[in-house]
Amino acid sequence: MKPSQTLGKSLWAFLFNSGSCNGCEIEMVATVTPRYDVERFGIKLVGSPRHADLLLISGPVTRNMAPRLKRVYAQIPDPKIVICCGVCGISGGAFYDSYNLIGPVDQIIPVDMYVPGCPSRPEAIIDGVVKVLARLEAAETSA
Amino acid sequence: MSLSLLLLVIGGTLAMTLFGILGGLAFSGIDRVLAARMQSRIGPPLRQPFLDMLKLMLKQNIVPANAIPWLFNGAPLIALASAITILLYIPMSSLQWFPLLGLHGDLILIMYLLILPALAMVVGGLSSGSPYATIGAQREMVTMIAYELPFAVTVITFAWKLVQADVAHPFSLATLAATPIWTLVGPVGGVGLLLLLVAMLLVAPGELGRIPFDAPEAETEIAGGLLVEYSGRNLALFYLSLAVKTIVVTALIVALFFPWNLSDWFGAGHPLLAGAADAVFFLLKLELVMFVAITLVRISVARFRINQIVDIYWKNVGAISLLGLILVMADAYIL
Ligand code: SF4
Repeated sequence: MKPSQTLGKSLWAFLFNSGSCNGCEIEMVATVTPRYDVERFGIKLVGSPRHADLLLISGPVTRNMAPRLKRVYAQIPDPKIVICCGVCGISGGAFYDSYNLIGPVDQIIPVDMYVPGCPSRPEAIIDGVVKVLARLEAAETSA
Repeated sequence: MSLSLLLLVIGGTLAMTLFGILGGLAFSGIDRVLAARMQSRIGPPLRQPFLDMLKLMLKQNIVPANAIPWLFNGAPLIALASAITILLYIPMSSLQWFPLLGLHGDLILIMYLLILPALAMVVGGLSSGSPYATIGAQREMVTMIAYELPFAVTVITFAWKLVQADVAHPFSLATLAATPIWTLVGPVGGVGLLLLLVAMLLVAPGELGRIPFDAPEAETEIAGGLLVEYSGRNLALFYLSLAVKTIVVTALIVALFFPWNLSDWFGAGHPLLAGAADAVFFLLKLELVMFVAITLVRISVARFRINQIVDIYWKNVGAISLLGLILVMADAYIL
């Protein structure tokens, strides 16, 4: 059994705020509330990047957060998935062209899936996770 | 030691290891599903803990640069091994070879052995070189000191009552299983025992580091505390040891307070059949205690701060257990 196959059934997520307005963070936390109940799919939040499989990033990556983002990414044991939530992590969004940004996120670390929205809705985040897992599986079968 | 005994011990240890790990994971699956239902969600599938373990086993195992590798890697193994060792002392059914080592250990030994998995976690946390883990380790030590008081009072009450009732081997678990403590006391002592049961049910979540006494692992404040640097296989071993310890602690409560077997009531048919029925009954009792002590408490309340934990265990739960002890004594001497 390949690690990525088991990953899909038990995905532990770590939230990282790289300088967001906290809007996407609130939506991410809403995703794990009983209303959306992602524990059905084995997804749960963990407190340490060492326990995580999935890095959920919000925010456009400010100058001070970039080294931290790199470090947290390195702390996650392989195999790992990165999902970037919110428009500002994709392109800068509301903070586009700010003097204090060195993002967006994919300038700093590799991103597997982008979830748009300002903020991105819990349904969209779940959809992003499902799609990235499907892509993992497809890559597995074609390889 | 004869060969058959040796085989029995080796085979029994393997069987108990298997039961401890698989049973512990299954019970934690039931716990998660029940917790989800209480929050009116669907919750994870029952086999979710098994999937989690499988995933963790297959993941990369990082040893941080600041860690002391042999301690860091050794602690999870010690935690799991010591948790399984306690399982060998717990009476589980009327079958003659349960508990496996029942004749070689007693309640006091179990009390000491129960410290080992927690201590292994502390050692692992301290050796991982993370400040979060250090804070977690300190909190774990404080919690251990805190819940030890009501726990010790309960054990002392049981031993004292059995000595006073002139039972042979008062500290042995086999004696406890054979003579339900409720049969030795009058109504006042019964109330005292009920208080002790409440105290033990409150000790259990602290012993297992579950909400509301999970300050040592508090994910939201100290990022997983003791386990913050653990990943992959080592983390899986710690989760397994916790699952086994859950069985151990609840089984201890069952052995102390609910030692009855089905075969006591319906008469023994074939000893193997009766033993199997008793084993199933034992699992039911385990789940009942686990539901009350862990799932229900975990869903109903939030986390206490570490100073509140000490306060609660020493003042409130301690007072409950001491009152229980006094009532049991009063029952024997005054009434
Ligand atoms: S995408 Fe919008 S809501 Fe989300 S963090 Fe950025 S600015 Fe805030």
